[in-house]
Amino acid sequence: MGPPRTLFDKIWDAHEAVPAGPDHPAVIYVDTHLIHEVTSPQAFALLRERGLRVRRPDRTWATVDHSIPTRFVEGRPAFLNRATRNQVETLERNCGEHGIPLFRMGDPGQGIVHVIGPELGLTQPGRTIVCGDSHTSTHGAFGAWAFGIGTTEVAQVLATQCLLQERPRTLGIEISGRLGAGVSAKDLILGVIRRFGVAAGRGHVIEYRGAAVRALDMEARMTLCNMSIEAGARAGLIAPDETTFAYLEGKEHVPSGDGFAGLVARWSRLPTDEGAAFDRVLSFDAGSLEPMVTWGTNPGMSCGISEAVPAPADAEERAALDYMGIEAGRPLLGRPADVVFIGSCTNARISDLRAAARVLAGRRTNPATQLLVVPGSAQVRRQAEAEGLDEVFRSAGAEWRAPGCSMCIAMNGDRLSPKELAVSTSNRNFEGRQGPGGRTVLASPVTAAASALAGAVADPRPFLQD
Amino acid sequence: MEPVVRIASRTVVLPADNVDTDQIIPARFLTGTRRDGLGASLFADWRRDGAGELRADFPLNRPEAAGARILVAGANFGCGSSREHAPWALTDYGFAAVVSPSIADIFKGNAVRNGLVPVEIEPAAHRELVSRPGAEIVIDVETGTVSLPDGGSARFDLPPFARRCLLTGRGPLDFLLEQEAAILRHEQGKDDRAETP
Repeated sequence: MGPPRTLFDKIWDAHEAVPAGPDHPAVIYVDTHLIHEVTSPQAFALLRERGLRVRRPDRTWATVDHSIPTRFVEGRPAFLNRATRNQVETLERNCGEHGIPLFRMGDPGQGIVHVIGPELGLTQPGRTIVCGDSHTSTHGAFGAWAFGIGTTEVAQVLATQCLLQERPRTLGIEISGRLGAGVSAKDLILGVIRRFGVAAGRGHVIEYRGAAVRALDMEARMTLCNMSIEAGARAGLIAPDETTFAYLEGKEHVPSGDGFAGLVARWSRLPTDEGAAFDRVLSFDAGSLEPMVTWGTNPGMSCGISEAVPAPADAEERAALDYMGIEAGRPLLGRPADVVFIGSCTNARISDLRAAARVLAGRRTNPATQLLVVPGSAQVRRQAEAEGLDEVFRSAGAEWRAPGCSMCIAMNGDRLSPKELAVSTSNRNFEGRQGPGGRTVLASPVTAAASALAGAVADPRPFLQD
Repeated sequence: MEPVVRIASRTVVLPADNVDTDQIIPARFLTGTRRDGLGASLFADWRRDGAGELRADFPLNRPEAAGARILVAGANFGCGSSREHAPWALTDYGFAAVVSPSIADIFKGNAVRNGLVPVEIEPAAHRELVSRPGAEIVIDVETGTVSLPDGGSARFDLPPFARRCLLTGRGPLDFLLEQEAAILRHEQGKDDRAETP
């Protein structure tokens, strides 16, 4: 027995193909590499320039999500323009040439890259997982070290299955208390970011710990880890436990029977040892949270739904309020919403859609508000349809779309017009993120659904009383 | 990638904190499949108004900013997405370095891999640079120093490997390709262990 180690230490140690030397960082082996159409074309071009092949196409998985349409016209995908179609065709060519499995539009396994990894069982405890997308942190919910990389790094992983990594520091965030009714993992992570700031995790890997985290189901844990990057950390992890194992059992890429039992035995050794030290520890009480909404242009600028928007503390906050057209000193409640977007790798899994449907069932959205529901994957879409959720959404007045990133990144034509305000279950309220001049209020699926009914930012809790 | 040893240039100052990659290059400009030509979209929604006209008051649009190769930015610069289009847009526009009290993790790595020098300096030195837009300064990658307009200098750290990449123009891919034997050994052991520690 060596000294006590954190979950992150154990994963790092097991993936060090070459330890750090005096003049180079460690070489870290990548177990699973996920790619998509927007950040991979230049990486394949780099391989071609250098005459290199993909080293492990069997450890590489591709999907289309970022720039694909979520609407079909006469049965054909309504691409925004030739460029976005070309990105999809380029990925198809690259995957074909290198033997990489690809989920195309219409395939049963297609979806947002961070939704399909867990769904397929590709996301497993103890693995290293990378993708050219910063929300790769989502997969940390399984106790995997998962982080976003740039396109040059995508090329490095394609060619060598490895990355050079400076060892990050560790940050333990202890979360106590219980989430109240109508308060979800989305509100929790927005609360954490508000409290500690958008740069709190810079240079660190976060491990979320404590009773409030243990009580979350896997999909809620994914929401929490998803927005680690909005707290400044490339990765956020949660130690695997019975909840994790139960989710993974029976998934396509997870062995069954004795194989599964053996994996569970190994996964059970991953959690942080008693006495292991983090470089930094922060504490947060989840019990006092109410549903959260953002009022500004970074994810730290948020407040409770019934709380008054705080007076600006500096020029950045003043500029944010000005951009949003929001006045400090009173709550956001009642602020008209042009669009409500329920989707993204943060909140478009089946439990998110069920929660939204519970609010919307038997009700109609305000006619002045467009409600867009975009499932995170084809599997989520099928499951929702099997449960009749699509009917709930349509009857309420929503548009039920095909899976993709859609209005979270607004590359595919699903976007706001200048000055339009969206209540959105996505992860970034940056200026123009959902369309040039567009304004984003980040919120949970139930808050978004309640806002669609009210036609304005609304508290979901009255809609959840049976 | 060209080696970068020393950058002598005027500065452009963009003092806002938390400038995210959606501002550096909005997502609607990510629909290409090439690395070049993105400078035209740099800070697109800040440089131009809704009608596509240049905003005269935006720092990059001022006449004295023309040709400047050093961007002095606020804290947590480059937060947000992993898009390497952000450093591609900055270098294509003509920038060779970003100076800030703190630079977001993913952006920092992407910058180095594209010969864009990430320079993190102490708040006091940063304030001095912010107060003197257009100052002529020198960034020395080899010694990790920035000359300040008041005659002083500030130090900045780079991991040794990142420094070597910048100085030699030789990126991590070459290094990784040389590690083939070690990677293969690791891989074989891993496959035997069913890849879990």
